[in-house]
Amino acid sequence: MKFITIDKKNWAKGIEKSRETYRLFGPVKDKNGVFIRTLEKDMLPDMTINDSIMSVKSVLFPQTEKILFTTLDEAKEDHHIMKRVEFDSSPRAVVGIRPYDAKAIELVKMNFDTDDYRDPYWCDAYEATTFVGVGINKPGPFDFSTSAGTGPFSESGLDVLMADLDNAYLAKILTGKGEAFMKSCGFEKNTDEKESQALFDILRKEAEKNISSHIDTGKLKGKTVLELHEAPFWDDIAFACINCGTCTFVCPTCWCFDIQDETKQKSAGRFRNWDTCMSPLFTKHATGHNPRDSKTQRVRQRFMHKLKYFPDKYDKGIMCVGCGRCVKSCPVNIDIREVCKIMNSYEKNN
Amino acid sequence: MENPYLPYPVRIDNIEIATEDKSLKTFKFVFLNPEDEKKFSYQAGQFAELSIPGVGEIPIGIASSPVEKGFVKFTVFRTGVVTSHLHNMKIGDIMGIRGPLGNWYPWDKLENKNVVIIGGGFAFTTLRSSIIYMLDPANRKKFKNIDVVYGARSPGMLLYREELYEWEKRDDINMHITVDGTNDPTWKYHKGFVPQIVEQNAPKADENTYAIICGPPIMIKFTQPALVALGYKEHQIIMSLENRMKCGIGMCGRCNIGKELVCKDGPVFTLEQLNKTPKEY
Amino acid sequence: MDTCIQKIREIAFQLLDKKEVEKVIGFSNGTIPMATSPITIASKQDTEKLVFNSTCGLNLANYIRQQKGKIAVIAKGCDSRNIVTHIIENQVKRDQVYIIGVPCNGMINKSKIKSLFEDEIQKFEEDGDSLIIESSSKKEKLKKNDYLRENCRLCQHRNPVIYDVLAGDLVKEQIIDVPYPDVEKIAALEADARWIHFQDLTKNCIRCYACRNACPLCYCPTCFVDESGPQWVGKGQDKTDINTFHFLRAFHCAGRCTDCGACAEACPMDINVRDFTRKLNKDTFDMFGWEAGLDLTKRPPLDAYSPDDPNDFIK
Repeated sequence: MKFITIDKKNWAKGIEKSRETYRLFGPVKDKNGVFIRTLEKDMLPDMTINDSIMSVKSVLFPQTEKILFTTLDEAKEDHHIMKRVEFDSSPRAVVGIRPYDAKAIELVKMNFDTDDYRDPYWCDAYEATTFVGVGINKPGPFDFSTSAGTGPFSESGLDVLMADLDNAYLAKILTGKGEAFMKSCGFEKNTDEKESQALFDILRKEAEKNISSHIDTGKLKGKTVLELHEAPFWDDIAFACINCGTCTFVCPTCWCFDIQDETKQKSAGRFRNWDTCMSPLFTKHATGHNPRDSKTQRVRQRFMHKLKYFPDKYDKGIMCVGCGRCVKSCPVNIDIREVCKIMNSYEKNN
Repeated sequence: MENPYLPYPVRIDNIEIATEDKSLKTFKFVFLNPEDEKKFSYQAGQFAELSIPGVGEIPIGIASSPVEKGFVKFTVFRTGVVTSHLHNMKIGDIMGIRGPLGNWYPWDKLENKNVVIIGGGFAFTTLRSSIIYMLDPANRKKFKNIDVVYGARSPGMLLYREELYEWEKRDDINMHITVDGTNDPTWKYHKGFVPQIVEQNAPKADENTYAIICGPPIMIKFTQPALVALGYKEHQIIMSLENRMKCGIGMCGRCNIGKELVCKDGPVFTLEQLNKTPKEY
Repeated sequence: MDTCIQKIREIAFQLLDKKEVEKVIGFSNGTIPMATSPITIASKQDTEKLVFNSTCGLNLANYIRQQKGKIAVIAKGCDSRNIVTHIIENQVKRDQVYIIGVPCNGMINKSKIKSLFEDEIQKFEEDGDSLIIESSSKKEKLKKNDYLRENCRLCQHRNPVIYDVLAGDLVKEQIIDVPYPDVEKIAALEADARWIHFQDLTKNCIRCYACRNACPLCYCPTCFVDESGPQWVGKGQDKTDINTFHFLRAFHCAGRCTDCGACAEACPMDINVRDFTRKLNKDTFDMFGWEAGLDLTKRPPLDAYSPDDPNDFIK
């Protein structure tokens, strides 16, 4: 494995240089918090904040994305025949991504890239993107990533993992894509592999020790879907919920979407928008019948999907990376850690 | 792999009013590019997204049969935005079809079996597809007895009436057509609800008999006990679900029942499978 | 506040013990600092879970519709005004709700407090008029009055306007000479600057609808943004669609909004949605002398006609 050191004095210049090849995205401070945005000229990724309000998912999966278009003008030869919107396949890089967000992308990939179908919008964006992560030296109090299959220095899903060493970044190159990005920045100062790895290990251990929040998912697998689904605790969990979409929109692993057509004069576009299982409309039939009509059913769906259906379907752990965003953003403080505890410890009385 | 969101362009070739209240119409589509018809190779029981640019898409069971070539047919109930728009479209209009989507009735498993088809109201579309498929001279000998119980509110609400009466005349299929009620003195078929007709007319189950049910929830709910009374086991009862869908390819997330996605892992499930999932349909 | 919590628990215990209500809706402690969560208590043993403090910024009137049997609810001044509005709008019946009134000294502005810290807040305590807040890097002792939400700072109805029992002594109402300084400030801007202000206000909106869903007024069976036949507004992130949602929602709240602040409290993006609703509150006050939720016997101004209604808008 290759390691590179980057003097922070050279950081801005290197990032600027990478723009010759890459479109850049990264954490940006705005008035209401940190967001993942396109880094316009002269903008640098904010590498200091543990966590952005919104996750990295929007780089591959924008909240609103035009997927098809056509003309409705019958005078035109190809009217009403839909075509794919031109895709910008030029390389992009997300710089300053937190390791759990990269892990989330791995999980989301299972939904969009399957043996039967490949979602070209997500997959093409994924292929065009290089993920440059930075380890979290001091995880916050709501970070429970280590018990959610990832951690502050997890490498899964990343092309480069960097460590912040005050005056320098130490970068571990994980893939060819990662190597190409570093090269484009002009960052090529190799360091000793063994020493660097040892340093990473120390930082990782130190960071993991700082994680105070944990979940236990060990017993979920042994319970049947119906046993958990029919458990008596859901009404109490759901009571406070106002059925907004906050938890799903801030979640890096929530991928559900809606498809909507819009017209403007004679042009028609087909868009996909993030959707949320918290909304009654999500499952409402045109006839009015709704299989998840009540708030309790919808709240249960969200947690069952993350903690039971997804693990059962893919056998790759839970559909949660422990970033804690939903815990912090939920207006009524419904806490997935508590729900997980209730589910995991539930024993059905016969 | 092709873009699964991109519909095949089709032209509306014919529109027939399917029921006396005009709430259902049957649309016959022809592919603009003949090679698309080959790509749209389907089995009885599958569905497709009818795609109207600028309006939206709607998942509808395929009513034509794989043995019918040169066109595809869908019978559509007017209810929401897209279906209302479709009902106002004209022959010659261009739109799209995306599919075929979902699984199908388990034709492999049904070979050398007795098949009982039970349908109600306008959920008879994929069942029509199935009957045409099974009655095709190349296929009929693959199946043993075929029974069909089909009911609607009134004679004028039965779909595919001409075909029903044709099948009634044949001796290689046992038709049990019924209506909830009628004042027509010439009505020569059953009167009564589907579950009751099933109980009285469907064959008793042995291990070689399978039932396929498709209909409104209320019919399904009361038909199940009737089949159980006739000795059908959970794995012998095959059902097709209709949850709200958007993508049709298992990605957008809304149609799940437990970990199964109705659009991709279904819409066809056995009662045995459904009894292991939450009843969110 | 501590005596008030004791009182709330006692009242709730008695109500459930004597089976006067089916359940009590109140607040419980949250799982993270500065959070409380709405809870329903059906058994008297659970009344110990009830709390009340300066973080109870949501409006519990949002939880009392469509409940079976008689329920009790904890109500601050603003919550009680929304209960009045619910009764006027036939969403609940007066005799279906047992109101446990809580005179209120204002709720804290959580985002203002968070902005004092570079890292996450790990501990929050309230001691009389002081707030003690700790993160892993520092500890702050703040005067609660300096960190009130803006709607609480300008509130003139801290005492419940309707109640069956009080869980604390009535507090002195504030007299505010300039009740709408924020609206006046925006109104004083040039048109362009005003437009920029509102564009900037909603630019981070993700259309999660937390503002709408936290609002007791927003109980329409199908909200106009969710209506599909006809579709009034696009569902994506187009600026015009986002603003249409915010503008129209505010108009739907005109003459009904109590400025309880639940919308802004719920917003994950810290958008001060009240910039929209407050303007309409001011207008209904200037034109009709109306403040929502004060009187069970009067119809809201946009719900009633009177020959001397202002008609300046007819030009």
